Amino acid sequence: MADLVTMPKLGFDMAEGTLIRWVKVEGDSVAKGDVIAEIETDKATVEVESSFAGLMFRHLVEEDTAVPVNAPIAVIVAEGEEPSEDEINALVGDAGGKTASKPAKGETKTGKKAEEEVKLTVSKPVDEKIKGEDADVSPAGGVRSSPLARRMADDHEIELANVEGSGLQGRVVKKDIETYLDSMRAEGRDEEAEVVGKTLQPLTAFSVGEVPEDEVVEMSRLRQAIGRRMQDSNQNFPHFYLSRTYQTGELMQLRKELNQLLPDSDKLSVNDFIIKGVALALRQYPNLNASLEGEKFIRRHGHVNIGVAVAVEGGLMVVVCKDADRKPLRLIAREVRDMALRAREGKVKNDEIEGSTFSISNLGMYGIDNFAAIINPPEAGILAVSAVQDVPVVVDGELTVGSRMKATLSADHRVTDGAEAAEFMQVLANYLEEPMRLLL
Amino acid sequence: MARMTMREAISKAIWEEMERDENVFIMGEEVGLWGGTYAVTKGFYDRFGEKRVRDTPIAEAAIIGGAIGAALTGLRPIAELMTINFAFVAMDHIVNEAAKLHYMFGGQFILPLVIRVVSGGGRQLGATHSQTPDAIFAHFPGLKVVSPGTPADAKGLLKSAIRSDDPVFFIENATLYQSKGEVPDDEDYLEPLGKSKVQREGDDVTIVAYSKMVPAALEAAEMLSEDGIEAEVVDLRSIRPLDMDPVIKSFKRTNRAVVAEEGWRSYGIGAEVSARIYELAFDFVDAPVKRVAQAEVPLPYNAALEQLALPQTEDIYRAAKEVVHG
Repeated sequence: MADLVTMPKLGFDMAEGTLIRWVKVEGDSVAKGDVIAEIETDKATVEVESSFAGLMFRHLVEEDTAVPVNAPIAVIVAEGEEPSEDEINALVGDAGGKTASKPAKGETKTGKKAEEEVKLTVSKPVDEKIKGEDADVSPAGGVRSSPLARRMADDHEIELANVEGSGLQGRVVKKDIETYLDSMRAEGRDEEAEVVGKTLQPLTAFSVGEVPEDEVVEMSRLRQAIGRRMQDSNQNFPHFYLSRTYQTGELMQLRKELNQLLPDSDKLSVNDFIIKGVALALRQYPNLNASLEGEKFIRRHGHVNIGVAVAVEGGLMVVVCKDADRKPLRLIAREVRDMALRAREGKVKNDEIEGSTFSISNLGMYGIDNFAAIINPPEAGILAVSAVQDVPVVVDGELTVGSRMKATLSADHRVTDGAEAAEFMQVLANYLEEPMRLLL
Repeated sequence: MARMTMREAISKAIWEEMERDENVFIMGEEVGLWGGTYAVTKGFYDRFGEKRVRDTPIAEAAIIGGAIGAALTGLRPIAELMTINFAFVAMDHIVNEAAKLHYMFGGQFILPLVIRVVSGGGRQLGATHSQTPDAIFAHFPGLKVVSPGTPADAKGLLKSAIRSDDPVFFIENATLYQSKGEVPDDEDYLEPLGKSKVQREGDDVTIVAYSKMVPAALEAAEMLSEDGIEAEVVDLRSIRPLDMDPVIKSFKRTNRAVVAEEGWRSYGIGAEVSARIYELAFDFVDAPVKRVAQAEVPLPYNAALEQLALPQTEDIYRAAKEVVHG
């Protein structure tokens, strides 16, 4: 079985290479991995290694010829094999090349007819043909690919040009798309990889007949209460906002290690660490653990009671983890989980939602990058916590991947000022970025 | 179930139907006293007599023409032609009468006719007696063209053909007469006409075949399995009407297909099946469909050359490997 050697693609953007020297001349024996030719690309001169073993049967291009990527350059046959012109032509034809016809140097064919055949083919030099019009015709979509691969690329919104083809002549096939999707997943681009035409809504979705009627619903008491309190806070409390990015790599690692020691029912959430850290930081900044009383007094609370916003049906509630600065993480985790569960079931006790001195709202589980919350009166501040994400970061001048989380403090300017609030955020960083401190 | 040859399965199907319905009779060259060129009607003459097991002159046009007349006037004839190659002599009766009478007379007549023929090469019968021109007959609307690949299907399909009110062109492959398989004993065991069937399941490549290429494809599938490639083999069984559903269902999973037929490649079954794959499942095509078929020459007489020209298990195996790696 004769094998076809094609111009290899030696770089991502390589379109053609110039064959500058044949290392194996016709008739040489070739082992797998032998250098058979030298090729010059825009960037360098490189050696072409053979993937086949046998005899160099025929060069299909002359030296110093520019050849498009994947075009046939030589035929290698098994030792002792003598393929006919038709077989060679079929082989080259299958590979998309024009023809293999080129007289074998020094080879004498028997009979006059054979000579005539050779003459006929001589009049059509090979390099011209390979450079001919066929080489300029690019396949559908610009990339050689199977219809299935094209559809999959469409569905997943992938650029076919970015996918390495493994099929005949570098055709991109299903397997290649799957490999590409796997690599996206490996890079953590799961959501992109899972896209299956989601960004295109079926046209029927826009049909006028299907628009639902307006609906007027009565506000629940909870909804009304939230509205009143938030309106009061947002209109009457002079908010100011400070955002900061926290390094969370160590925290995530510590959490992972601790959770290995804990039963499922006691597993620690990221938020539990934040509650503890905020509580300890507030202990150092009592002015933020405070409430305004009238127009002349500020009450600095002795207890550090952390309110945790919990989404419930039709609204949200703030459950309170009392004396969070004094409780071990494990207890905080259990209390908050129990209270949150009861809040969602509408069975929360009154003293579990009262007495908070500072609140935390965490929307990290929804993948929120950054947000600011409205202060929960009569507190002096609320911390809005966003998702822990792996992001590109610069460490010692090098770009690398780091675990990061953003948090935004909303503070009451009547009680505190930017510098103090910023220091609080910095102290919080000490706790969150060296999370062992939370265990002391 | 009983293990038997395809010859026995075909014989049994005809016997049972003749026992069941006295309007069923068989006519053809040497079907009577001699018991059939391929011994399919052995013992029939003694059991059913000369009126229902009729020897005819060597005159295919007369056999088919007579059978059409009998069918039009209420009988259910089975006309046997010694080989499909002789059907050319009766071509006008087959394609201009059998295929069209029901249609051209506005459905006033039914034509419950079965034409049994023997197709295929490989027995050194020379170029004119070894052809596989199945596709020609499948070209004409109005005929059902059936060709089984297993003994069980031979029985079930032939019984359905005899009970069908439409003309059925039933193609048997001479080299399959000796093939053996389990065949249901049930006298009402019927296989539907115009329904393809998955004969082997697999996820990597779909091999579409019929008749003699079915056992070859199954054999190739076992060889592929040793290489870690699991082939699904879809047996067309009827080439008109052509049931593409199992083929397309399979192809949408495997995305790669080989179509194998014993006849010539050009304008053949493989051409039709692959065209339909491109029409019905273009978005699922991951590699060009490969066709395995007979070399485009009149079939040589020389035994070695004849085998070289005919498609072999090895050809299907190689085509499947190429399709999977392409």
